[in-house]
Amino acid sequence: MNRAEEMPTEREIDSDVGATEVPSPLFGSCPLPIFDHKNIVLGHGSGGKLTAELIDKIFRPSFTNPVLDKLDDQAVLEIGGARLAFTTDSFVVTPIFFPGGDIGTLAVNGTVNDLAMSGARPLYLAAAFILEEGLPSDVLRRVVESMGAAARAAGVQLVTGDTKVVNRGKGDQIFITTTGIGVIERKGVISADRARPGDKILLSGFIGDHGMAIMSQRENLEFEGAIQSDCAALHELVAQMLEAATVDSQEVQFVHCLRDPTRGGVATTLSEIAAQSKVGMLLEETTLPVRESVQGACEILGLDPLYVANEGKLVAVVSREVAESVLQKMREHPLGRDAVMIGEVVAEHPGMVRMKTTVGGTRILDVMFGEQLPRIC
Amino acid sequence: MKYLDEYRDGKIARKIVDEIHRIQTRPWVIMEVCGGQTHSIVKNGIDHLLPEGVELVHGPGCPVCVTPLEMIDKAHAIARREGVIFCSFGDMLRVPGSDGDLFTIKSQGGDVRVVYSPLDCMKIARTNPEKKVVFFAIGFETTAPANAMLAWRAQQEGMKNVSLLVSHVLVPPALAAILQSPQNRVHGFLGPGHVCAVMGYEEYEPISQRFRVPIVITGFEPLDILQGTLMTIRQLETQRAEVENEYSRILDREGNVPAQKLVSSVFEIADRKWRGIGTIPQSGYRLRAQFREHDAESLFDVAQIDTLEPEICISGEILRGLKKPKDCPAFGTLCTPQRPLGATMVSAEGACAAYYAYGRHLQAAKEFDVPVHSIGGAA
Repeated sequence: MNRAEEMPTEREIDSDVGATEVPSPLFGSCPLPIFDHKNIVLGHGSGGKLTAELIDKIFRPSFTNPVLDKLDDQAVLEIGGARLAFTTDSFVVTPIFFPGGDIGTLAVNGTVNDLAMSGARPLYLAAAFILEEGLPSDVLRRVVESMGAAARAAGVQLVTGDTKVVNRGKGDQIFITTTGIGVIERKGVISADRARPGDKILLSGFIGDHGMAIMSQRENLEFEGAIQSDCAALHELVAQMLEAATVDSQEVQFVHCLRDPTRGGVATTLSEIAAQSKVGMLLEETTLPVRESVQGACEILGLDPLYVANEGKLVAVVSREVAESVLQKMREHPLGRDAVMIGEVVAEHPGMVRMKTTVGGTRILDVMFGEQLPRIC
Repeated sequence: MKYLDEYRDGKIARKIVDEIHRIQTRPWVIMEVCGGQTHSIVKNGIDHLLPEGVELVHGPGCPVCVTPLEMIDKAHAIARREGVIFCSFGDMLRVPGSDGDLFTIKSQGGDVRVVYSPLDCMKIARTNPEKKVVFFAIGFETTAPANAMLAWRAQQEGMKNVSLLVSHVLVPPALAAILQSPQNRVHGFLGPGHVCAVMGYEEYEPISQRFRVPIVITGFEPLDILQGTLMTIRQLETQRAEVENEYSRILDREGNVPAQKLVSSVFEIADRKWRGIGTIPQSGYRLRAQFREHDAESLFDVAQIDTLEPEICISGEILRGLKKPKDCPAFGTLCTPQRPLGATMVSAEGACAAYYAYGRHLQAAKEFDVPVHSIGGAA
């Protein structure tokens, strides 16, 4: 079993993890001049600091260009007057089937969401399959059928693909890579470097569902009532939000940043936005929606829901003047029914996310380091 | 969430903090013994709610932190062997030995697995009869019963391919060592809640009397920590030195007697080396002679591995309450969870790692002090 036994590492090494565009304060005090791991370790695929190090030290030197160097979840390309969003993602999740979804739904929705976070309307997907010799055809059929269903539900078409089979033992049942393209029809830029002091931070619903669903399934931890993954395509929710925040029907002005907090969770996503926008953030712990089952599982394992992966949630940084109306719009959509305002952007402590705790203390949220590990006691 | 939210209530926190402010007249240094308590204090910003004269210092109760480097090296030497499945609690995987961590060994082909219960090793051993399954049995009294159960069951069921690499430590000898030190600054302790859930708290009474220190056995939620602090300060302000129990919803004076019996039937008390502190006499457990065939240290012939700690690290002083992470020039710069130099940075429960995880390296902690009047004002 070569797959992660730690916290969710669905999407392994990939350039779309949000490494910071500006020199992160996290690295400011501790420069990492050389890549000194002799081997790749699982943490390099965790979406945390180790992944950022891998991208900086190994990928970027060879691939550098202005589009890549923005290090957003997707590339935005101007081609023949049209603005296109372009992204790719690999899926290696184990178990393949889990409560609330499977590797197929994840592969479609994950890529759709990365497109949607730029404000794009997702259009087409490509899919590449790496299959391990001996994989039951029925398993593949089930996965492919759910990919088809997810694509239809998201209104995207899977238009090209590739298949490879590796020797038994050289892969782990099935790996899927999806690449997506979408069109950005509204003017205005949504990017992680656009948060401004005074902006409000919105979260579309309960956090940590996906990560804990995988974790409890993977480790055979039995909690009362299975925790369901929140895996879902968010582009319609985004479209509804953008409509509420668009002045004339053309330009998006008031939605500044959108991100789906997958690996590394809400804390890592917000830390990255704060670093890239050079602003501070102030959150209220009491506003954070966490399901009781997820909270319970996290407490038992010593994990923090703020760092647990989501696959059907987004965080939005929006202008104060539209915050309430955008929030209202979110709540009208089934995937944003439990949306809440969790805090605001401030000018103080740039690059840092602070949270007022339920007991009235203050805590700072940093980017996740590797994976969260269950604690000993 | 029931049984949790009640212990995180901002309004009650405010009342306790007000009472601490009201009764405290002199500066006091209070040590929370457990890493879990340190974690909760830093996570919830509790230290910033207390009066300036009340200083919380962080104790030695982080099992991963105090596991000596040489024991980590022994674990790694075993995990590298062919035919071994090395099982561990999750947070030991990232602890670096002299040459990499268990993640590295895994990436090089070692069979390293995270288990949630020591007894998971029995299942693994049954399905892999040709492999040797080794469990890294570390921790304080809290994990001792479950670890002892593995040795006991392995022996009962004749599972010869199950063994334990034991590095168990005990809290009371460590408290005595801290109090005996000429540099000791600690006036009172928040005692270890979960350790006492197993052991009871009778054995803390002689320590409290001998050194004239209050010991308040305390839980881990924010209100537990605040209430434990209030009870300790009440004793200090009225010149009392007793063992009190803040965590009465979980434990009593006797503790868990069947667990204690199991532990003493499997383990015996021995001298133990503590990372960052050194050897403390009679401060840990080793397997009794009748469990020798399940003792990985002798089975794998690693007893002679002896490793010296790097000298620059101040974790020994942090673990004894003499210094804080921010007193270390390497904190957050040369020393990070990614590249820890010593004990208190290696585990999430360690004081340095807790300070780092909650961003205290990013700016001086003082700037984040929250005025007391803002408590309970959350939306």
